[in-house]
Amino acid sequence: MQVTSTVREALVTGGKTVHDVTEDICRQVEGKPTMPWLMGMAISLGALAIGAYCVFMLLWEGVGVWGLNKTVGWAWDITNFVWWVGIGHAGTLISAILLLFRQKWRMSINRAAEAMTIFAVICAACFPGLHMGRLWLGFYWALPLPNTFGSLWVNFNSPLLWDVFAISTYFTVSLVFWYIGLIPDFASIRDRAKNKISKAVYGALSFGWDGAAKTWMRYESVALILAGLATPLVLSVHTIVSFDFATSVIPGWHTTIFPPYFVAGAIFSGFAMVLTLMLVTRKTFQLEDYITINHIELMNIIIIITGSIVGIAYITEFFIAWYSGVEAEQYAFINRMTGPYWWAYWTMMTCNVISPQLFWIKKIRTNIAATFILSIIVNIGMWFERFVIIVTSLHRDYLPSSWTMFYPTFYDVGVYLFTFGLFFTAFLLFAKFFPVINMAEVKSIIKSSSLKQSN
Amino acid sequence: MEKNKHFVLGVYEDEDVLLSAVKTVRESGIKIQEVYSPFPVHGLDEVLGYRRTRLPIAAFMFGLLGTSLALTMQIWMLGFDWPMIIGGKNFVSLPPFVPVTFELTVLLAALGMVGTFMIVSDLKPYKKARLMDTRITDDKHVMAIDLASNTLAKDDIKKIVNESGASEVNDKDFED
Repeated sequence: MQVTSTVREALVTGGKTVHDVTEDICRQVEGKPTMPWLMGMAISLGALAIGAYCVFMLLWEGVGVWGLNKTVGWAWDITNFVWWVGIGHAGTLISAILLLFRQKWRMSINRAAEAMTIFAVICAACFPGLHMGRLWLGFYWALPLPNTFGSLWVNFNSPLLWDVFAISTYFTVSLVFWYIGLIPDFASIRDRAKNKISKAVYGALSFGWDGAAKTWMRYESVALILAGLATPLVLSVHTIVSFDFATSVIPGWHTTIFPPYFVAGAIFSGFAMVLTLMLVTRKTFQLEDYITINHIELMNIIIIITGSIVGIAYITEFFIAWYSGVEAEQYAFINRMTGPYWWAYWTMMTCNVISPQLFWIKKIRTNIAATFILSIIVNIGMWFERFVIIVTSLHRDYLPSSWTMFYPTFYDVGVYLFTFGLFFTAFLLFAKFFPVINMAEVKSIIKSSSLKQSN
Repeated sequence: MEKNKHFVLGVYEDEDVLLSAVKTVRESGIKIQEVYSPFPVHGLDEVLGYRRTRLPIAAFMFGLLGTSLALTMQIWMLGFDWPMIIGGKNFVSLPPFVPVTFELTVLLAALGMVGTFMIVSDLKPYKKARLMDTRITDDKHVMAIDLASNTLAKDDIKKIVNESGASEVNDKDFED
């Protein structure tokens, strides 16, 4: 039985009943596409089409169409990769870590956040794949598959290979976690479906779910263990991504602080993206009673915490560079701040360190417009963080004769645009055809949360 | 389920009423086939007298399988099948093998457990759900009592179910 403190604010407002939950969420799935949705879809598909042209040209011509050069061999591609993986951290954090901590407010946001995670990880995976130039050989270069060279195996000592395993495991486990949660909700849609096609489609998607107590018991046990498995997993993924840099010898990269700092940064940007998407979804789908100001405030509090961790990490890096007495290290950090990329560094500092501190003010963190703007600023800042780490550490090579700058080409921008098109197309399809809120979970808190308020 | 089954269904609106109803119905000697709910009701498995699921054990076993497969693969590939000198390091050194071992442990534990769950709960894409009532996936809890496995007369069962707080008491027959 549920015991919820009377002091806590209701998680679902408006005195909703269990039946109202089904109605409110299924309405989006059953209704005709709305005008804003169609417009969003048109823009996303447009971006996807321009992006697809750039991806095609990249594969046809080779990685040379990008602005990379001999000194800066990693730039937008890896920046975008780390950025998307970071965004992909919020979903599983919300559904797994908050489940273990029994934070019930996760229930109305976990479904969409997990969907976002899955799409973001797909976008992230595009970049290392495309950077290989020959995408079709990717599997065989990256996975320990038997081959005709001996077999010559992959190098298990390399963080880049650990990344392959970490990202693919993370993607698979998140997908499974998300799908298990969707099964009971697909069953709800199936049992309300009027026409043959949706009956057949949602019937197949719901795996013959009948809501038996025994199945629910197993389901809850599976969800709890998946959460237990996904919690160290989500922390391991960005740790391993940071190893790509931290295990190298490049000044500005080989920093022991990277793993926790990257994980905090990932959660920071992930929550910002969840807020960006949820504020729009909430408005267009009229879900104000499910995603309340209370939810937004709690997410903003997580942004303050992780944003402050990131800020402390930036300062610590500087301190350690000075304290280490290593000249190359000191130069790398001074150059970040005052060198030719000073504008990128200061954009990062403003967006990531100063802007989230505004959320200390209650008026700002409970204001929807302010939250929306700040959530976008945070993600701009987090993109610049990766750009600063990658490009400014590389552009001053060991020999001053190799010193250079990185200038993105049309194709750098285009491939980034491709992932945006892919992400928003996938998210819009999800929002239209899948239940955006976990109905079964929200129903289980209706009695303790919503009805209490109406009395 | 076999052919030609006759059920008495008690429909409940509230999960707490349902919990006490399951207790009273079971105490009056009626065998409950199953209870169907739109969301997980905490404590329902206990009042129904279900044994705790052993899925955690399955997850642990699959996890162990993942750990051993990952270690065997890495040690065999880099240590024995084609040893390569990488930065003068040992061919077999455990620390660099930790990340891949961890990931494969998690992967196999998760997939193995979910697969087991699908099999034991008989969930599959081409399965047609046999629903006692279509409102189960909306907002009603349904207690199904199989007449064949109970000795009490149908009317007595209905009376007990009705008194336990059910909002409706229905009959349901499956013929296919």
